[in-house]
Amino acid sequence: MSTAVIGVLLANGTGFGAQLPMGLLMMTDDGSSNSDEKLSASLVTNLECGFEQVVLAYQHRLYGFALRLSGNPEDAEEIAQDTFVRAYHALTTYTPPQTATLQLRPWLFQIALNVFRNRVRQVRPKQVSLDADEGGPADWLEADRLDQPEQVAVNVERERALSLLIDSLPEHFRIAIVLRHIEGLSYIEMAALLGHPVGTLKAHVHRGVKHLQQALAMIEQDEHRGDDEDSWTEAAMSEVR
Amino acid sequence: MEPTTTSNQTSLSGARGLTQQLRRMGQVEAPPTLLSDVLCNVDIADRYFSLDTPLGPAYIAYNSHGLSAVKRTESSEEFEEEFRRQFGRRAFSAGEPPATLATELGKELRGEGRAQVRFDLRGLSEFERAVLQKALEIPRGQVRPYAWVAREIGSPKAVRAVGTALGNNPIPIFIPCHRVVRSNGQVGQYGLGGEFNKRTMLQAEGIAWDRWEQLAAGGIRFVGNDRTHVFCFPTCGDALRISDEDIVYFRTEAAATSAGYRPCRACRPAKGA
Repeated sequence: MSTAVIGVLLANGTGFGAQLPMGLLMMTDDGSSNSDEKLSASLVTNLECGFEQVVLAYQHRLYGFALRLSGNPEDAEEIAQDTFVRAYHALTTYTPPQTATLQLRPWLFQIALNVFRNRVRQVRPKQVSLDADEGGPADWLEADRLDQPEQVAVNVERERALSLLIDSLPEHFRIAIVLRHIEGLSYIEMAALLGHPVGTLKAHVHRGVKHLQQALAMIEQDEHRGDDEDSWTEAAMSEVR
Repeated sequence: MEPTTTSNQTSLSGARGLTQQLRRMGQVEAPPTLLSDVLCNVDIADRYFSLDTPLGPAYIAYNSHGLSAVKRTESSEEFEEEFRRQFGRRAFSAGEPPATLATELGKELRGEGRAQVRFDLRGLSEFERAVLQKALEIPRGQVRPYAWVAREIGSPKAVRAVGTALGNNPIPIFIPCHRVVRSNGQVGQYGLGGEFNKRTMLQAEGIAWDRWEQLAAGGIRFVGNDRTHVFCFPTCGDALRISDEDIVYFRTEAAATSAGYRPCRACRPAKGA
Protein backbone atom coordinates (compact mmCIF):
# COMPACT_ATOMS: atom_id res chain seq x y z
CA MET A 1 0.00 0.00 0.00
CA SER A 2 2.63 2.55 1.03
CA THR A 3 4.66 1.87 -2.12
CA ALA A 4 1.62 2.79 -4.16
CA VAL A 5 1.32 6.01 -2.21
CA ILE A 6 4.89 6.98 -2.95
CA GLY A 7 4.23 6.25 -6.60
CA VAL A 8 1.22 8.55 -6.62
CA LEU A 9 3.12 11.26 -4.80
CA LEU A 10 6.02 11.13 -7.20
CA ALA A 11 3.76 11.15 -10.23
CA ASN A 12 1.90 14.17 -8.88
CA GLY A 13 5.10 15.84 -7.83
CA THR A 14 7.52 17.79 -9.91
CA GLY A 15 10.64 15.71 -9.41
CA PHE A 16 10.72 14.92 -13.13
CA GLY A 17 10.75 18.51 -14.24
CA ALA A 18 13.83 20.02 -12.66
CA GLN A 19 15.08 21.34 -15.99
CA LEU A 20 11.77 22.91 -17.04
CA PRO A 21 11.35 26.68 -16.92
CA MET A 22 9.89 27.99 -13.67
CA GLY A 23 6.64 29.07 -15.31
CA LEU A 24 5.88 25.54 -16.45
CA LEU A 25 6.73 24.07 -13.11
CA MET A 26 4.19 26.29 -11.47
CA MET A 27 1.46 25.09 -13.77
CA THR A 28 -1.17 22.97 -12.08
CA ASP A 29 -4.41 21.31 -13.14
CA ASP A 30 -6.44 24.46 -12.71
CA GLY A 31 -4.06 26.52 -14.83
CA SER A 32 -3.43 28.87 -11.93
CA SER A 33 0.03 29.79 -13.16
CA ASN A 34 -1.50 31.36 -16.22
CA SER A 35 -4.04 33.34 -14.23
CA ASP A 36 -1.37 34.32 -11.68
CA GLU A 37 0.57 35.96 -14.48
CA LYS A 38 -2.54 37.90 -15.43
CA LEU A 39 -3.07 38.88 -11.82
CA SER A 40 0.52 40.09 -11.45
CA ALA A 41 0.15 42.07 -14.66
CA SER A 42 -3.04 43.71 -13.42
CA LEU A 43 -1.32 44.55 -10.13
CA VAL A 44 1.33 46.42 -12.12
CA THR A 45 -1.29 48.26 -14.20
CA ASN A 46 -3.50 49.27 -11.30
CA LEU A 47 -2.67 48.08 -7.80
CA GLU A 48 -6.14 48.75 -6.35
CA CYS A 49 -8.11 46.97 -9.07
CA GLY A 50 -5.52 44.22 -9.41
CA PHE A 51 -5.51 43.60 -5.69
CA GLU A 52 -9.26 43.14 -5.62
CA GLN A 53 -8.83 40.47 -8.30
CA VAL A 54 -6.14 38.80 -6.20
CA VAL A 55 -8.44 38.69 -3.17
CA LEU A 56 -11.29 37.31 -5.27
CA ALA A 57 -9.01 34.67 -6.77
CA TYR A 58 -7.39 33.60 -3.50
CA GLN A 59 -9.86 34.26 -0.71
CA HIS A 60 -11.26 30.73 -0.56
CA ARG A 61 -7.91 29.01 -0.82
CA LEU A 62 -6.17 31.17 1.75
CA TYR A 63 -9.13 30.91 4.08
CA GLY A 64 -9.12 27.14 3.61
CA PHE A 65 -5.40 27.05 4.31
CA ALA A 66 -5.82 29.20 7.41
CA LEU A 67 -8.70 27.03 8.55
CA ARG A 68 -6.54 23.96 8.21
CA LEU A 69 -3.67 25.63 10.08
CA SER A 70 -5.67 27.13 12.90
CA GLY A 71 -8.50 24.62 13.19
CA ASN A 72 -11.24 27.20 13.76
CA PRO A 73 -13.20 29.62 11.56
CA GLU A 74 -12.65 32.75 13.67
CA ASP A 75 -8.85 32.46 13.64
CA ALA A 76 -8.96 31.41 9.99
CA GLU A 77 -10.84 34.54 9.02
CA GLU A 78 -8.40 36.74 10.89
CA ILE A 79 -5.38 34.97 9.44
CA ALA A 80 -6.77 35.25 5.91
CA GLN A 81 -7.58 38.93 6.37
CA ASP A 82 -4.18 39.66 7.89
CA THR A 83 -2.49 37.83 5.04
CA PHE A 84 -4.16 39.96 2.39
CA VAL A 85 -3.57 43.16 4.31
CA ARG A 86 0.15 42.38 4.66
CA ALA A 87 0.33 41.37 1.03
CA TYR A 88 -1.22 44.67 -0.02
CA HIS A 89 1.15 46.74 2.11
CA ALA A 90 4.10 44.80 0.71
CA LEU A 91 2.86 45.35 -2.84
CA THR A 92 2.73 49.11 -2.30
CA THR A 93 6.48 49.03 -1.68
CA TYR A 94 7.35 46.84 -4.70
CA THR A 95 8.68 48.20 -7.96
CA PRO A 96 6.73 47.22 -11.11
CA PRO A 97 9.38 44.63 -12.14
CA GLN A 98 9.25 43.10 -8.65
CA THR A 99 5.46 42.84 -8.81
CA ALA A 100 5.50 41.49 -12.35
CA THR A 101 7.84 38.63 -11.48
CA LEU A 102 6.14 37.76 -8.21
CA GLN A 103 5.19 34.09 -7.80
CA LEU A 104 1.84 35.03 -6.40
CA ARG A 105 0.63 31.70 -5.10
CA PRO A 106 3.62 30.57 -3.00
CA TRP A 107 4.11 34.19 -1.92
CA LEU A 108 0.58 34.44 -0.51
CA PHE A 109 0.75 31.05 1.18
CA GLN A 110 4.07 32.03 2.71
CA ILE A 111 2.58 35.21 4.17
CA ALA A 112 -0.34 33.19 5.54
CA LEU A 113 2.06 30.76 7.14
CA ASN A 114 4.06 33.60 8.69
CA VAL A 115 0.90 35.22 10.01
CA PHE A 116 -0.16 31.90 11.50
CA ARG A 117 3.22 31.27 13.09
CA ASN A 118 3.36 34.75 14.58
CA ARG A 119 -0.03 34.24 16.12
CA VAL A 120 0.93 30.88 17.53
CA ARG A 121 3.98 32.50 19.11
CA GLN A 122 1.80 35.16 20.69
CA VAL A 123 -0.90 32.90 22.07
CA ARG A 124 -0.78 29.53 23.80
CA PRO A 125 -0.28 26.68 21.32
CA LYS A 126 -3.55 25.21 20.09
CA GLN A 127 -4.61 22.02 21.83
CA VAL A 128 -7.20 19.79 20.26
CA SER A 129 -9.35 18.44 23.01
CA LEU A 130 -9.86 14.71 22.78
CA ASP A 131 -11.99 14.46 25.84
CA ALA A 132 -15.67 13.91 25.06
CA ASP A 133 -16.61 15.71 28.28
CA GLU A 134 -15.05 18.91 26.97
CA GLY A 135 -17.02 18.93 23.76
CA GLY A 136 -14.39 16.98 21.87
CA PRO A 137 -14.88 15.01 18.66
CA ALA A 138 -17.35 12.52 20.09
CA ASP A 139 -19.78 15.35 20.82
CA TRP A 140 -19.92 16.68 17.30
CA LEU A 141 -20.15 13.21 15.87
CA GLU A 142 -23.12 12.55 18.07
CA ALA A 143 -24.82 15.79 17.04
CA ASP A 144 -24.36 15.10 13.35
CA ARG A 145 -25.77 11.64 13.60
CA LEU A 146 -29.12 12.91 14.77
CA ASP A 147 -30.49 14.26 11.52
CA GLN A 148 -28.35 12.82 8.76
CA PRO A 149 -28.74 9.62 6.79
CA GLU A 150 -26.30 7.10 8.05
CA GLN A 151 -24.12 6.99 4.95
CA VAL A 152 -23.67 10.76 4.94
CA ALA A 153 -22.98 10.66 8.63
CA VAL A 154 -20.24 8.14 8.09
CA ASN A 155 -18.62 10.39 5.47
CA VAL A 156 -18.86 13.43 7.68
CA GLU A 157 -17.41 11.51 10.57
CA ARG A 158 -14.55 10.35 8.43
CA GLU A 159 -13.77 13.83 7.23
CA ARG A 160 -13.83 15.12 10.78
CA ALA A 161 -11.72 12.25 11.95
CA LEU A 162 -9.26 12.98 9.16
CA SER A 163 -9.32 16.64 10.05
CA LEU A 164 -8.48 15.85 13.65
CA LEU A 165 -5.79 13.45 12.59
CA ILE A 166 -4.18 16.14 10.44
CA ASP A 167 -4.37 18.63 13.30
CA SER A 168 -2.59 16.18 15.55
CA LEU A 169 0.35 15.64 13.19
CA PRO A 170 3.64 17.34 14.03
CA GLU A 171 3.63 20.80 12.44
CA HIS A 172 6.18 20.16 9.68
CA PHE A 173 4.25 17.08 8.50
CA ARG A 174 0.96 18.87 8.79
CA ILE A 175 1.99 21.95 6.83
CA ALA A 176 3.63 19.84 4.15
CA ILE A 177 0.50 17.69 3.69
CA VAL A 178 -1.83 20.66 3.72
CA LEU A 179 0.18 22.54 1.11
CA ARG A 180 0.72 19.53 -1.10
CA HIS A 181 -2.52 17.61 -0.94
CA ILE A 182 -5.16 20.03 0.28
CA GLU A 183 -3.94 23.20 -1.43
CA GLY A 184 -2.31 21.46 -4.36
CA LEU A 185 1.01 23.32 -4.43
CA SER A 186 3.93 21.87 -6.32
CA TYR A 187 7.03 20.73 -4.46
CA ILE A 188 9.01 23.50 -6.12
CA GLU A 189 6.55 26.06 -4.80
CA MET A 190 6.65 24.46 -1.38
CA ALA A 191 10.44 24.49 -1.35
CA ALA A 192 10.45 28.21 -2.14
CA LEU A 193 7.82 28.84 0.49
CA LEU A 194 9.12 26.69 3.34
CA GLY A 195 12.83 27.01 2.66
CA HIS A 196 13.43 23.25 2.69
CA PRO A 197 14.82 21.08 -0.13
CA VAL A 198 12.25 19.28 -2.27
CA GLY A 199 13.53 15.91 -1.02
CA THR A 200 12.93 16.82 2.61
CA LEU A 201 9.42 18.01 1.81
CA LYS A 202 8.62 14.84 -0.09
CA ALA A 203 9.76 12.87 2.93
CA HIS A 204 7.57 14.98 5.20
CA VAL A 205 4.54 14.50 2.99
CA HIS A 206 5.22 10.82 2.63
CA ARG A 207 5.66 10.21 6.32
CA GLY A 208 2.65 12.36 7.16
CA VAL A 209 0.48 10.48 4.70
CA LYS A 210 1.72 7.20 6.12
CA HIS A 211 0.74 8.28 9.63
CA LEU A 212 -2.70 9.23 8.40
CA GLN A 213 -3.15 5.96 6.56
CA GLN A 214 -2.17 3.90 9.55
CA ALA A 215 -4.57 5.78 11.78
CA LEU A 216 -7.37 5.57 9.22
CA ALA A 217 -6.79 1.89 8.69
CA MET A 218 -7.27 1.38 12.41
CA ILE A 219 -10.49 3.35 12.33
CA GLU A 220 -11.80 1.32 9.42
CA GLN A 221 -10.93 -1.91 11.14
CA ASP A 222 -12.79 -0.78 14.21
CA GLU A 223 -15.82 0.17 12.12
CA HIS A 224 -15.93 -3.27 10.61
CA ARG A 225 -15.60 -4.90 13.97
CA GLY A 226 -18.44 -2.72 15.25
CA ASP A 227 -16.41 -1.47 18.19
CA ASP A 228 -17.51 1.41 20.34
CA GLU A 229 -17.52 4.25 17.80
CA ASP A 230 -16.97 7.08 20.19
CA SER A 231 -13.58 5.85 21.18
CA TRP A 232 -12.10 5.14 17.77
CA THR A 233 -10.79 8.56 16.89
CA GLU A 234 -9.08 8.80 20.20
CA ALA A 235 -7.54 5.38 19.88
CA ALA A 236 -6.35 6.13 16.35
CA MET A 237 -4.90 9.43 17.32
CA SER A 238 -2.97 8.18 20.27
CA GLU A 239 -1.55 5.70 17.79
CA VAL A 240 -0.42 8.48 15.48
CA ARG A 241 1.28 10.37 18.23
CA MET B 1 -22.25 -1.11 12.62
CA GLU B 2 -22.74 -3.55 9.75
CA PRO B 3 -19.85 -3.95 7.34
CA THR B 4 -22.26 -3.36 4.42
CA THR B 5 -22.67 0.31 5.28
CA THR B 6 -19.10 1.03 4.26
CA SER B 7 -18.59 -1.49 1.52
CA ASN B 8 -19.49 0.91 -1.34
CA GLN B 9 -17.08 3.62 -0.17
CA THR B 10 -13.53 4.21 -1.21
CA SER B 11 -11.42 3.29 1.76
CA LEU B 12 -9.82 6.39 3.22
CA SER B 13 -6.74 4.51 4.21
CA GLY B 14 -6.15 3.71 0.53
CA ALA B 15 -3.89 6.13 -1.34
CA ARG B 16 -6.47 7.32 -3.84
CA GLY B 17 -9.26 7.68 -1.31
CA LEU B 18 -7.03 9.65 1.02
CA THR B 19 -5.69 12.11 -1.55
CA GLN B 20 -9.19 12.66 -2.93
CA GLN B 21 -10.52 13.31 0.52
CA LEU B 22 -7.66 15.70 1.30
CA ARG B 23 -8.29 17.62 -1.92
CA ARG B 24 -11.98 17.92 -1.04
CA MET B 25 -11.02 19.38 2.33
CA GLY B 26 -9.39 22.30 0.53
CA GLN B 27 -12.66 23.24 -1.13
CA VAL B 28 -13.84 25.68 1.51
CA GLU B 29 -15.77 28.90 1.03
CA ALA B 30 -14.36 31.99 2.70
CA PRO B 31 -16.87 34.03 4.71
CA PRO B 32 -18.66 36.52 2.43
CA THR B 33 -17.32 39.43 4.50
CA LEU B 34 -13.66 38.62 3.87
CA LEU B 35 -13.37 40.58 0.61
CA SER B 36 -14.96 43.74 2.01
CA ASP B 37 -13.03 43.48 5.28
CA VAL B 38 -9.74 43.26 3.42
CA LEU B 39 -10.43 45.99 0.87
CA CYS B 40 -11.79 48.37 3.51
CA ASN B 41 -8.92 47.58 5.84
CA VAL B 42 -6.31 48.59 3.25
CA ASP B 43 -8.40 51.59 2.31
CA ILE B 44 -9.24 50.72 -1.27
CA ALA B 45 -12.95 50.35 -0.63
CA ASP B 46 -15.53 52.19 1.45
CA ARG B 47 -18.55 51.17 3.48
CA TYR B 48 -21.96 52.75 3.24
CA PHE B 49 -25.31 52.87 4.98
CA SER B 50 -28.67 54.51 4.47
CA LEU B 51 -29.77 57.49 6.54
CA ASP B 52 -32.93 59.60 6.67
CA THR B 53 -32.29 63.22 5.68
CA PRO B 54 -34.54 66.21 5.00
CA LEU B 55 -34.42 65.05 1.37
CA GLY B 56 -35.46 61.49 2.20
CA PRO B 57 -33.23 58.44 2.59
CA ALA B 58 -29.68 58.93 1.32
CA TYR B 59 -26.70 56.61 1.05
CA ILE B 60 -23.66 57.73 3.05
CA ALA B 61 -20.21 56.27 2.36
CA TYR B 62 -17.19 56.47 4.63
CA ASN B 63 -13.67 55.18 5.07
CA SER B 64 -10.76 55.76 7.44
CA HIS B 65 -10.35 59.33 6.09
CA GLY B 66 -13.92 60.29 6.95
CA LEU B 67 -17.20 60.65 5.07
CA SER B 68 -16.59 60.15 1.38
CA ALA B 69 -19.96 60.40 -0.38
CA VAL B 70 -23.61 61.20 0.04
CA LYS B 71 -25.95 60.18 -2.76
CA ARG B 72 -29.61 59.67 -3.28
CA THR B 73 -30.21 56.76 -5.61
CA GLU B 74 -33.15 54.47 -6.18
CA SER B 75 -31.36 51.42 -4.85
CA SER B 76 -28.21 50.34 -3.08
CA GLU B 77 -27.05 48.64 -6.31
CA GLU B 78 -27.36 51.93 -8.14
CA PHE B 79 -25.44 53.65 -5.37
CA GLU B 80 -22.63 51.09 -5.57
CA GLU B 81 -22.43 51.53 -9.32
CA GLU B 82 -22.38 55.31 -9.19
CA PHE B 83 -19.87 55.26 -6.38
CA ARG B 84 -17.53 53.00 -8.30
CA ARG B 85 -17.86 55.10 -11.44
CA GLN B 86 -17.11 58.30 -9.59
CA PHE B 87 -14.39 57.18 -7.19
CA GLY B 88 -12.95 54.14 -8.94
CA ARG B 89 -13.29 51.95 -5.88
CA ARG B 90 -15.99 49.79 -4.37
CA ALA B 91 -18.46 50.54 -1.62
CA PHE B 92 -19.77 47.71 0.55
CA SER B 93 -22.92 47.84 2.61
CA ALA B 94 -22.08 48.36 6.28
CA GLY B 95 -25.59 47.45 7.39
CA GLU B 96 -25.84 49.74 10.38
CA PRO B 97 -23.60 52.84 10.59
CA PRO B 98 -20.94 52.90 13.32
CA ALA B 99 -22.63 54.20 16.47
CA THR B 100 -20.55 57.36 16.94
CA LEU B 101 -20.94 58.34 13.31
CA ALA B 102 -24.71 57.87 13.47
CA THR B 103 -24.85 60.03 16.60
CA GLU B 104 -22.81 62.83 15.05
CA LEU B 105 -24.73 62.90 11.78
CA GLY B 106 -28.07 62.78 13.61
CA LYS B 107 -26.96 65.73 15.74
CA GLU B 108 -26.15 67.74 12.63
CA LEU B 109 -29.41 66.87 10.88
CA ARG B 110 -31.51 67.82 13.91
CA GLY B 111 -29.69 71.14 14.16
CA GLU B 112 -28.12 70.30 17.50
CA GLY B 113 -24.63 71.30 16.45
CA ARG B 114 -22.05 70.55 13.83
CA ALA B 115 -21.17 66.87 13.36
CA GLN B 116 -17.65 66.13 14.56
CA VAL B 117 -16.67 64.14 11.48
CA ARG B 118 -13.85 64.28 8.99
CA PHE B 119 -14.31 64.35 5.24
CA ASP B 120 -12.42 62.40 2.62
CA LEU B 121 -11.65 65.01 -0.03
CA ARG B 122 -8.58 63.25 -1.46
CA GLY B 123 -9.89 63.05 -5.00
CA LEU B 124 -10.45 66.78 -5.29
CA SER B 125 -8.24 69.64 -6.46
CA GLU B 126 -6.83 72.12 -3.99
CA PHE B 127 -9.28 74.73 -5.30
CA GLU B 128 -12.27 72.41 -4.85
CA ARG B 129 -11.14 71.56 -1.33
CA ALA B 130 -10.80 75.25 -0.46
CA VAL B 131 -14.33 75.93 -1.75
CA LEU B 132 -15.83 73.08 0.30
CA GLN B 133 -13.85 74.02 3.43
CA LYS B 134 -15.24 77.52 3.07
CA ALA B 135 -18.81 76.23 2.70
CA LEU B 136 -18.27 74.37 5.99
CA GLU B 137 -17.77 77.73 7.72
CA ILE B 138 -21.27 78.95 6.87
CA PRO B 139 -23.49 78.47 9.93
CA ARG B 140 -26.71 76.51 9.75
CA GLY B 141 -29.70 78.55 8.61
CA GLN B 142 -27.56 81.15 6.82
CA VAL B 143 -26.64 81.69 3.19
CA ARG B 144 -23.73 83.35 1.38
CA PRO B 145 -23.33 84.33 -2.26
CA TYR B 146 -21.05 82.40 -4.65
CA ALA B 147 -18.96 85.55 -5.02
CA TRP B 148 -18.38 85.60 -1.28
CA VAL B 149 -16.84 82.11 -1.37
CA ALA B 150 -14.68 83.15 -4.32
CA ARG B 151 -13.41 86.22 -2.52
CA GLU B 152 -12.85 84.43 0.78
CA ILE B 153 -10.65 81.77 -0.76
CA GLY B 154 -8.59 84.41 -2.55
CA SER B 155 -9.93 83.86 -6.08
CA PRO B 156 -12.48 86.67 -6.41
CA LYS B 157 -12.80 86.18 -10.15
CA ALA B 158 -13.47 82.44 -10.01
CA VAL B 159 -17.17 82.72 -9.16
CA ARG B 160 -18.23 80.28 -11.87
CA ALA B 161 -15.56 77.76 -10.84
CA VAL B 162 -16.85 78.04 -7.26
CA GLY B 163 -20.31 77.11 -8.55
CA THR B 164 -18.89 74.09 -10.36
CA ALA B 165 -16.91 72.96 -7.32
CA LEU B 166 -19.98 73.23 -5.11
CA GLY B 167 -22.06 71.38 -7.71
CA ASN B 168 -19.54 68.54 -7.59
CA ASN B 169 -19.51 68.40 -3.81
CA PRO B 170 -19.21 64.65 -3.11
CA ILE B 171 -20.65 65.03 0.40
CA PRO B 172 -23.71 67.29 0.09
CA ILE B 173 -25.92 67.89 3.13
CA PHE B 174 -22.94 67.48 5.50
CA ILE B 175 -20.70 69.83 3.56
CA PRO B 176 -23.40 72.49 3.25
CA CYS B 177 -23.02 73.60 -0.35
CA HIS B 178 -26.75 74.36 -0.21
CA ARG B 179 -25.89 77.41 1.90
CA VAL B 180 -24.22 79.10 -1.06
CA VAL B 181 -26.78 80.90 -3.24
CA ARG B 182 -27.01 83.58 -5.89
CA SER B 183 -27.10 87.12 -4.61
CA ASN B 184 -30.14 88.02 -6.78
CA GLY B 185 -32.46 85.86 -4.69
CA GLN B 186 -32.31 82.70 -6.78
CA VAL B 187 -31.05 79.67 -4.90
CA GLY B 188 -28.98 78.41 -7.82
CA GLN B 189 -27.97 74.91 -8.78
CA TYR B 190 -27.81 71.95 -6.44
CA GLY B 191 -26.02 68.71 -7.15
CA LEU B 192 -28.28 66.61 -4.96
CA GLY B 193 -31.52 66.93 -6.90
CA GLY B 194 -31.69 70.51 -8.13
CA GLU B 195 -33.12 73.77 -6.90
CA PHE B 196 -36.17 72.29 -5.17
CA ASN B 197 -34.03 70.14 -2.91
CA LYS B 198 -31.70 73.02 -2.15
CA ARG B 199 -34.71 75.03 -0.99
CA THR B 200 -35.92 72.05 1.08
CA MET B 201 -32.54 71.82 2.81
CA LEU B 202 -32.54 75.53 3.64
CA GLN B 203 -36.12 75.41 4.86
CA ALA B 204 -35.28 72.42 7.07
CA GLU B 205 -32.61 74.61 8.65
CA GLY B 206 -35.26 77.19 9.48
CA ILE B 207 -34.06 79.98 7.21
CA ALA B 208 -36.48 82.98 7.00
CA TRP B 209 -36.89 82.21 3.37
CA ASP B 210 -39.73 84.49 2.35
CA ARG B 211 -38.07 87.50 3.87
CA TRP B 212 -34.73 86.78 2.30
CA GLU B 213 -36.28 86.23 -1.13
CA GLN B 214 -38.27 89.42 -0.82
CA LEU B 215 -35.19 91.48 0.02
CA ALA B 216 -33.12 89.89 -2.74
CA ALA B 217 -35.86 90.42 -5.31
CA GLY B 218 -35.93 94.09 -4.33
CA GLY B 219 -32.19 94.30 -4.97
CA ILE B 220 -31.28 94.43 -1.27
CA ARG B 221 -27.99 92.63 -0.63
CA PHE B 222 -27.11 93.87 2.86
CA VAL B 223 -28.80 95.02 6.02
CA GLY B 224 -27.26 97.49 8.47
CA ASN B 225 -27.72 98.32 12.14
CA ASP B 226 -28.28 102.02 12.67
CA ARG B 227 -26.99 101.80 16.26
CA THR B 228 -23.71 99.98 15.60
CA HIS B 229 -23.19 101.09 11.98
CA VAL B 230 -22.32 97.51 11.04
CA PHE B 231 -23.70 95.90 7.87
CA CYS B 232 -24.31 92.17 7.31
CA PHE B 233 -25.68 89.63 4.90
CA PRO B 234 -29.43 89.45 5.58
CA THR B 235 -29.26 85.89 7.01
CA CYS B 236 -26.32 86.58 9.36
CA GLY B 237 -27.15 85.83 12.99
CA ASP B 238 -26.32 89.43 13.92
CA ALA B 239 -28.61 90.78 11.18
CA LEU B 240 -31.55 88.77 12.48
CA ARG B 241 -31.19 90.49 15.86
CA ILE B 242 -31.52 94.06 14.48
CA SER B 243 -34.78 95.62 15.66
CA ASP B 244 -37.22 96.98 13.10
CA GLU B 245 -36.51 100.60 14.00
CA ASP B 246 -32.73 100.19 13.69
CA ILE B 247 -32.60 98.26 10.41
CA VAL B 248 -31.37 99.91 7.22
CA TYR B 249 -31.08 98.32 3.75
CA PHE B 250 -28.27 98.55 1.21
CA ARG B 251 -28.15 97.47 -2.44
CA THR B 252 -24.36 97.62 -2.71
CA GLU B 253 -21.27 97.47 -0.56
CA ALA B 254 -20.36 100.95 -1.79
CA ALA B 255 -23.67 102.35 -0.56
CA ALA B 256 -23.07 100.85 2.88
CA THR B 257 -19.49 102.04 3.24
CA SER B 258 -20.25 105.52 1.93
CA ALA B 259 -23.02 105.73 4.56
CA GLY B 260 -20.31 105.13 7.17
CA TYR B 261 -21.07 101.42 7.84
CA ARG B 262 -18.35 98.82 8.32
CA PRO B 263 -18.69 95.15 7.34
CA CYS B 264 -19.71 92.62 10.04
CA ARG B 265 -16.82 90.51 11.33
CA ALA B 266 -18.97 87.40 11.59
CA CYS B 267 -20.42 87.17 8.08
CA ARG B 268 -17.76 89.31 6.36
CA PRO B 269 -20.01 90.79 3.65
CA ALA B 270 -17.13 92.84 2.20
CA LYS B 271 -13.36 92.83 1.94
CA GLY B 272 -11.56 94.14 5.01
CA ALA B 273 -14.18 92.94 7.47
